[in-house]
Amino acid sequence: MQIVLKDFTKSFDGLTVIDKLNLTINDGEMLALLGPSGCGKSTTLLAISGILRVNGGQILFGDKDVSNLPSQKRNVGVVFQNYALYPHMTAFENIAFPLQVRKTGAAEIEERVREMARLTHIEPYLDRRPGQLSGGQQQRVALARALVRRPDVLLLDEPLANLDAKLRLEMRSEIRRIQLETGITAILVTHDQVEAMSMADRIAIMDHGRIQQIAAPEDMYHRPSNTFVAGFLGNPPIVFLEGKAIGNGAFESASGMRMPLPERLTGLAADQPIVMGVRPEHFGVKGRHTVRGTVSFIEPQGRETHFDLTVAEGEVLRSIQAARTDISLGSEVEWPLDVDKALVFDSEGNRL
Amino acid sequence: MQTKNFASWPIVLVLTAISLPLAIMYASLVIDSFTNTPAGAVLPNEFTLEHWAFLVDPTITGNVWTVTFNTLIFAFTMVVVVLSVSATGGYAMSRLNLPYRRFFLAGILVMHAFPSVTLIIGVFLVLQFAGLYDTLIGVILVKAALTLPFGVWIMKGFYDAVPWEIEMAGLQDGADRFTVWRRLILPQVKPGLVALGVFAFIDGWGEFLLPRILAPTTEFQVLSVYLNNVSVPDSVDYDFNLFKSVGLFYTLPILILFIVFQNRLMNIFGGGTKG
Ligand SMILES: Nc1ncnc2c1ncn2[C@@H]1O[C@H](COP(=O)(O)OP(=O)(O)OP(=O)(O)O)[C@@H](O)[C@H]1O
Ligand SMILES: [Mg+2]
Repeated sequence: MQIVLKDFTKSFDGLTVIDKLNLTINDGEMLALLGPSGCGKSTTLLAISGILRVNGGQILFGDKDVSNLPSQKRNVGVVFQNYALYPHMTAFENIAFPLQVRKTGAAEIEERVREMARLTHIEPYLDRRPGQLSGGQQQRVALARALVRRPDVLLLDEPLANLDAKLRLEMRSEIRRIQLETGITAILVTHDQVEAMSMADRIAIMDHGRIQQIAAPEDMYHRPSNTFVAGFLGNPPIVFLEGKAIGNGAFESASGMRMPLPERLTGLAADQPIVMGVRPEHFGVKGRHTVRGTVSFIEPQGRETHFDLTVAEGEVLRSIQAARTDISLGSEVEWPLDVDKALVFDSEGNRL
Repeated sequence: MQTKNFASWPIVLVLTAISLPLAIMYASLVIDSFTNTPAGAVLPNEFTLEHWAFLVDPTITGNVWTVTFNTLIFAFTMVVVVLSVSATGGYAMSRLNLPYRRFFLAGILVMHAFPSVTLIIGVFLVLQFAGLYDTLIGVILVKAALTLPFGVWIMKGFYDAVPWEIEMAGLQDGADRFTVWRRLILPQVKPGLVALGVFAFIDGWGEFLLPRILAPTTEFQVLSVYLNNVSVPDSVDYDFNLFKSVGLFYTLPILILFIVFQNRLMNIFGGGTKG
């Protein structure tokens, strides 16, 4: 079901946390709400679920305005960060609870709980209590409980934050599989960019209660709308060089280092202040411009190696290359820079 | 499981030494109530059940079973009132956005810290005014009211330890607030309820002052008052051994309750976490 937030506004004790947020989640898609801590992701989620009342604007499920409905009447499934399983009930009873409060018949409850258990691969554990389940299994039970009454939308608040690295990887693909299999509309809240990029159809990046950009993961990575989005996606992160255009399709950084502008932006007027953004993978491998500098940091990562190259006073470029051991700290090198892949932003931070 | 990083025997030794006099007193109490000791002698010389005759012979001290029954009713009513008000009031204090919540909380703490005797004159006047002086209901209401600050405070602590998300999940699953409380939250605070219930029972069973002061002439006599009546030392037929056996009879239920529930009682101090 399509979910629409129209001018959604939320304040706590007079302090506006989210001001006129507009967002559409398409039917059947998984949308990731990505942003730094405190930007309002959970608030948005809780407003959709009905636990928090909106202070302004509308929330639409399909054509229906649910803004003033309590959570019981909204048909939303939620998986909480700590799963919030009922500790005194078995996994079966946990999953059955939403059906029981709806007075579903025992036979149908049995059938639907089993169906959910099959979907989430927890059939062997139905008789156990949450305390006797591993983190991953608890997560599956929480998913099954959220899905069992066939909600209009599934909300996931940092569902992987409590899992160890290996399980996180496994549950990432499991949650995505279950979402695709059920075809349910889902919203995933996370502050982990990798999670958002790998699980979602589209990402909405939030900062300070505002949506900065909504796009498919690849799109957003390669065409960020501003410096905030560019800086948030990518690890190790993008490097920004401040400076200005100097005409003839060239850029001069604050320290005086010059380099050509990307092909598409050679027409920039001279003296226009701009910011160049260089991602680490576009430096040190290939490109039509070369940059000299001193290696000031080396971090071997097994398959690849990260380098910092100090190119001028206060200006450091970052490079990520296939593992190499021939470079030592302090050595002078001259590496190619793929200037056409560089991102250019105006002085307000918007991409040109 | 607790980790053991020091030897426990010195502690056991010290504790034993300290509680030895108590244990000896209790042992002699039990022995004395079943034996006769000739005047001047230290050791008893005959076994007898005569000190326990009060259990079957109402002419000795009046019918002890009526009094016991009264005490049971008193203690159980206490349990019911304290549990039901604390279970709901504690929840409200912990979770609901009540007006004057802070004021209530502060009030509860102050009440909790107040020695109840200091309130007795005020309570007396209120009862008199309400026409409840010298009635069983009056005593129960006062006793419950004095226990409630403790009960509500303890239960609030237990509710505070239940994560909010459980409540949110319950609402999201379609349950109303009352169902959430009864089926999802209440089971989480059960250790607190059990402990508080036992506590209220023992407290009610042992109460002497309030029935004595607030219902001095009523027919309804409880065991503590009864015990006091048999122990008037300057009466002609004062029988110290009778006093001992009545005292033992009076203590027995408490001992049994304590032995059965000792682990659970500790929950009150652990705030509900299992350790
Ligand atoms: N109940 C509340 N009362 C007052 N302020 C609140 C309340 N809940 C959230 N806020 C504020 O609203 C803002 C957004 O909070 P929110 O929980 O939505 O952040 P978040 O994006 O989920 O962060 P995180 O990644 O840390 O979970 C924060 O500044 C927070 O302090
Ligand atoms: Mg959050």
